[in-house]
Amino acid sequence: MQAELIEIRNHLSQYEPFDGLPEATLDKIVNQVEIAYFRAGSTILELDQPSTDLNFIRSGAVEIFRRSGELYNRLTEGDIFGQFGLMMNKTVRFPAKALEDTLIYCIPAALFQELWETEESFADFVEIEDRTRLRTAVARQSKSGNLMNAKITRLISRPPVMAPSCVRLQEAARIMTEQGVSALLLMDESGDPPQMAGIITDRDLRTRALTEALPSETPVSDIMSTGLITIRSEAFIFEAMLMMLHNNVHHLPVVDPKGQPRGIIGLSDIVKYESQSTLFVVSNIFRQSDVSGLKEVSRDVRDSFIRMVSEDANSHMIGSAMAGIGRSFCQRLLELGEEALGPPPIPYCFMALGSMARDEQLVVTDQDNAMVLDDRFDPVQHDDYFKALAKFVSDGLAACGYSYCTGDIMATNTKWRQPLSVWKDYFTDWIENPKAQALLNSNIFFDLEGIHGDTAYTEELKTLVAEKAMKSQRFLALMARNALNRTPPLGFFRTFVMEQDGKQNNTINLKRRGTAPLSDLIRVHALACGSRAQNSFERLRAIADTKLLPEGSVENLRDALEFIAIVRIRHQSLAIEAGNAPDNSVRPEDLSPFERRNLKDAFQILSSGQKFLRYRYHAPAGRNVS
Amino acid sequence: MAMSGPDNANPTPERPAMIDWPARFRLLADTTNDPRLKRFYETGCVTPDTALADTPLVALDFETTGLDPNRHSIVSVGLIPLDTRRIRCNAAQHWVVRPPLPLHQSSVTIHGITHTDIDQAPDLTEVLDELLDALAGKVVVVHHRGIERPFLDVALRWRLKEGIEFPVIDTMAIEADVHPNRQPTWFGRLRGQEPLSIRLGDSRLRYGLPHYPPHHALTDALASAELLQAQIQHHFSPDTPVGQLWY
Repeated sequence: MQAELIEIRNHLSQYEPFDGLPEATLDKIVNQVEIAYFRAGSTILELDQPSTDLNFIRSGAVEIFRRSGELYNRLTEGDIFGQFGLMMNKTVRFPAKALEDTLIYCIPAALFQELWETEESFADFVEIEDRTRLRTAVARQSKSGNLMNAKITRLISRPPVMAPSCVRLQEAARIMTEQGVSALLLMDESGDPPQMAGIITDRDLRTRALTEALPSETPVSDIMSTGLITIRSEAFIFEAMLMMLHNNVHHLPVVDPKGQPRGIIGLSDIVKYESQSTLFVVSNIFRQSDVSGLKEVSRDVRDSFIRMVSEDANSHMIGSAMAGIGRSFCQRLLELGEEALGPPPIPYCFMALGSMARDEQLVVTDQDNAMVLDDRFDPVQHDDYFKALAKFVSDGLAACGYSYCTGDIMATNTKWRQPLSVWKDYFTDWIENPKAQALLNSNIFFDLEGIHGDTAYTEELKTLVAEKAMKSQRFLALMARNALNRTPPLGFFRTFVMEQDGKQNNTINLKRRGTAPLSDLIRVHALACGSRAQNSFERLRAIADTKLLPEGSVENLRDALEFIAIVRIRHQSLAIEAGNAPDNSVRPEDLSPFERRNLKDAFQILSSGQKFLRYRYHAPAGRNVS
Repeated sequence: MAMSGPDNANPTPERPAMIDWPARFRLLADTTNDPRLKRFYETGCVTPDTALADTPLVALDFETTGLDPNRHSIVSVGLIPLDTRRIRCNAAQHWVVRPPLPLHQSSVTIHGITHTDIDQAPDLTEVLDELLDALAGKVVVVHHRGIERPFLDVALRWRLKEGIEFPVIDTMAIEADVHPNRQPTWFGRLRGQEPLSIRLGDSRLRYGLPHYPPHHALTDALASAELLQAQIQHHFSPDTPVGQLWY
């Protein structure tokens, strides 16, 4: 007769990977379980002893060690261990010790084998190595969501309205009015087939033609935007959205694989499709005529953030969207500033730094920016203007929720409002005469993006960095050293964050201990391979093209960054919804077992990534700040 | 047997004269008239100097209609074999048996075993073969030796006209031994200290063992099996001779 071991059955059925098993299978397991008690401090599994069981912790706590004797994990009620030994060569790979008095349910090897072969969910759970599991987790997360799945072809209602680029302004305006479109694609007819030469929009007609009172006979090619930003017809709507946000364009020609235009999608098409989308906020920003209007719009930013989180957008998308919104605030403030102060006396470029430049901004952020001025800059003649403009933007940003930078890295600081030649000197000095402390403070300048004005200046700076950084071993070594200052914890234990040395803390700052050291690490590799990319995911793609990192490392780093970032994002979203101030500090008890497990895996990837960084760039020993 | 009031019984360890169990088993095997008991005794008993690690053990628990073996009956039996390393669920057994005496409403509430369960249940005699096979050759582990051995003895006297004898390890007696001063001092009593409880559930807590709801014979057997493993690791060793613990 089958005895009813209700206690064991009930307990097992609450935990992965047993929770998904059919009743009959669960009964079978219960009837084969062997129970063993281990006093605190006693050895449960010894290295290289034969693996005889899968171990499930019924009560107590267990420490798992690496072959080297280094602490690997601390487990408690409901956790399993010993599976890798069973699957590999039937000897114990990770020794285990009872940290507290512990009761273990042992599932015999033969039954484990059977479950592994016949129960898919069980196999998935036990067989995937840490990193693969993280990959599955990341893939599982970015599913669904309208914006995420829909292709842009859905938004194309008609073929693009086109005209030869030689038409006059008046003719262009007539065509646009007749056809009822807000953008006209201009073609260079000399090619076969004709090539896209530029685009002109309603806004261009207003701001460039009318305000400057150009004669209607002016060729449209004089004012059209060239260097067209286009999107592939098979792209997703969210990609179009990110492209618009990043480049501050409101129209995107859609091209087929041969490069021929198939249509134009406008910001309004996306806004219509997703009325609550980030672009709605952006289009609203550009409609405001003063700071108080912008301040009103800034209230919608958090809603837009929460909405993206609820739609399962990935961290790249959310980071880009929030950075896009941040940029739009800067851009609109600069436009308003220029309206109030008059046109700039010499060309300049407003430069975003840090997370905004990386397209990795979230809702809690301060402003990090600078101005690159034309080399004709004469402080006596010009600086009053730029100082006033910088102050206007900075105060406006503060009003919209982007607090002043505590490190004073803002265009209002004279030091960071300089002509291009001075900026080149700054970067050259940082790279060619590197000093650890100075680099710690200037780290943020190595994420830079021109967002308004003459972006050729910032492009020149990016080129300079890309060319010089990879040649300066000392610079890379010190950047690597700085990237090792902040380390991840080992994992979680009950309601604690467990440090590498076994010490336990109550909370973890996911930015300081996760995303920030990851972006630091990725930045060093990106600089070493001469990449101009600023976004961490794009930097990883550039790194992958080189042979800089061991195989698989890039994918692991990508998954780790995505997972930590998304947990951080979700945590902030929940805080906002609960009416609390969002921050980066998370208590382990607020994490699901799924999140805890995958965060641990992600921390492990970061940790080995840091070890590799130290070795690869011969980084001198740095200080360690947790 | 968790429903008994062991605290009131206050079992100060008084060691009875040591019984030579292997010799006793040989004698009983020769004198019994029942073939089932003969087989049971002939399986034998380990010698008292056998190390605990080498002693086959079986945890046994009865749910009964009361505390007096002469007036009350067994309603369910749970058992689970073990050694010092492992408790083996694959050989766990549980029976509900029909008591010859009517079931009181009060005990229904305690065990959750209903009249319907009982009406369909076999008499103890019908499961006796299996029960004795499960116990044969092993040392029985109970929490409070005042229940299982006397109840089985009386039940068999009624049915087979002869009783049964076997050694038991009593996890409650072990708790009593390791906590000789369970009563709070005069000063402690003044400060509201309770006497230390050696009930099954309370004892388990001291070893970090999980809480199990009491009054299911198999769960209670499992609970005392785990308790014994914990006690051995904390107070004895796998080399401790079994004769030091059995009664």
